[in-house]
Amino acid sequence: MLSYVIRRVALAVVVLFGLLVATFFIIHLVPGDPVRIVLAGRANPAEIARVRHQLALDRPIWDQFTLYISRTLQGHFGTSFTLDAPAGQIIGQRVGPSAALIGYGMLLSLLIGVPLAIVAALRPNGWLDNAIRVGTTLTFAMPLFWLGLMLALIFGLELRWFPVAGYSGGIGGILRTLTLPALALGLALTTVVVRTLRSSLLEVLQSEYIEAARSRGLSELRVVGKHALRNSFMSTLTILSINIGFLIGGTVVLEQVFQIPGVGSLLVDAVEKRDYQLVQALALLAGAAVVLASLAADIIQAFLDPRVRLAGR
Amino acid sequence: MSAVDTLGQQPPLVGTAERRRRAGGLRGLPLQAKLGAGILAVLFLAGLLAPLIAPYGQNELDFTHVYNSPSLSHLMGTDGTGRDVFSRTLYALRLDLLIVVLVTYVPLPIGVLVGAVAGYFGGAFDAIISRITDTMIAFPFIVLVIAVISIVGPGVKGVLIGVPIVAWALYARLARSEMLVLREQPFMLATSALGYSRRRAILRHAVPNLMRSSLIYSTLDMVVNILLLASLAYLGLGAQPPNAELGSIIADGQSTLLTAWWVATLPGLVVVLFGVGAGLLGDGLSDGQLRGRLQ
Repeated sequence: MLSYVIRRVALAVVVLFGLLVATFFIIHLVPGDPVRIVLAGRANPAEIARVRHQLALDRPIWDQFTLYISRTLQGHFGTSFTLDAPAGQIIGQRVGPSAALIGYGMLLSLLIGVPLAIVAALRPNGWLDNAIRVGTTLTFAMPLFWLGLMLALIFGLELRWFPVAGYSGGIGGILRTLTLPALALGLALTTVVVRTLRSSLLEVLQSEYIEAARSRGLSELRVVGKHALRNSFMSTLTILSINIGFLIGGTVVLEQVFQIPGVGSLLVDAVEKRDYQLVQALALLAGAAVVLASLAADIIQAFLDPRVRLAGR
Repeated sequence: MSAVDTLGQQPPLVGTAERRRRAGGLRGLPLQAKLGAGILAVLFLAGLLAPLIAPYGQNELDFTHVYNSPSLSHLMGTDGTGRDVFSRTLYALRLDLLIVVLVTYVPLPIGVLVGAVAGYFGGAFDAIISRITDTMIAFPFIVLVIAVISIVGPGVKGVLIGVPIVAWALYARLARSEMLVLREQPFMLATSALGYSRRRAILRHAVPNLMRSSLIYSTLDMVVNILLLASLAYLGLGAQPPNAELGSIIADGQSTLLTAWWVATLPGLVVVLFGVGAGLLGDGLSDGQLRGRLQ
């Protein structure tokens, strides 16, 4: 167990370092000049030289790189020019609504997806299974922001069940303001949950212990919904951890649709104002969140399932 | 499937691909793939012929017909300045399809080549390439593209640079994992027995076989990319006015969602139609095999 965890953590550290390298080189190799972006047209030579020095852009690229790495490792994620504050601090203030949206969206995708997958696996290629497949094909093809807009149109503007913009904290506030965006996010994720869980259930249903449960005379719903589902828990966990990146990307767009003051709308603002250090910090933290989530999922999986942790031996 | 077990027992992969091809293009495909190909053909034709079939100009203003609901003269209604939403959608589709094809099929050969070389040689080079692809895939796709756009500047150019920088990594990962199996196949072993150069073995003998699964995957990648483009355009980071993308038309319609629902709703349906078409084609071609391998 310990050796598996150590190997897995080491891999995560390598990828985290890769994220640092990537965010550094995006700024320096992609065509475009950070100084002109900061100054936004006010370009007299003295000013350019001053900003260039302030951002350490006048040093050799290797020095800039080590400076960026050592600063970031000490917890300095750069400075936002437009908000005139450390990027890390600004992001910290905005992370709550986004995390709530992602968590709520995941929960909804499980509440919708797990029963649908069970129904689909009970009668593969039956009419319900086919109907579910058509539904998930449709949601797979929908732009997330458009799905959000449609939900806002139906449940917000026509039926007036939920507000279509804004955010308030607390359980009640989250239920009121985040239900529609979380439903959009959850429905998009449901496609993946249903498809993966259905095929995982069908695979588990071939195994002998399922045959044994059936021969004990248990109802098919009980066999699938209890005995098979428990063994498919792992694949569900894996789906969720693989899709953390998708969920983070989804919040960027949905926060814009529903005007939620999270890190996603912060990112869009930062790009519009060309606040590149803030963008850099946000990209780095989004990548780190994905790496850490998949690390956590793998370790939980190894903890619960001996086959995983012994596989590499 | 284990490569060693199949040594000498299974016809080489080239044979399978060749037989499928001989079986006769579209006729050999499952129904859903044909349906998907049909939908895509109609959409690509509509985009290609947009200047001919659009009843109005892309930015033709008409203040006597503001917020008209869909009718025979305006199939998708008009927006706040009397522009015909159907015509705008056709032109936007034309631009979006052009960008989708570019950002899907430019990174594809690059990724396949990188993956093939990494899988063929293995060792330190493979380890480095694998960590780079791990890193690229770890970023939420749209966040990384937005980061690139923040430097290049919003617009089609930013999208055309931003998406390929990230998108090659998935193809590299796919091609690498296939190459690990392929390099043990008898015909690949034969290339070294015959003394072919490694360059010839990779480019002439391995890559054509690796292309097949990447091309199948690319149909699903097109869905991912058109959704990404729509999102970027919705956020105002895509084509800048007066040019419209499907996402920016939808964004225009958001403020009048209740009074003029058609402006935001109908162009969105076009995106859904494209996604369904490409999704059906991809699922039909892959028989669901590819999806698992990518994860």
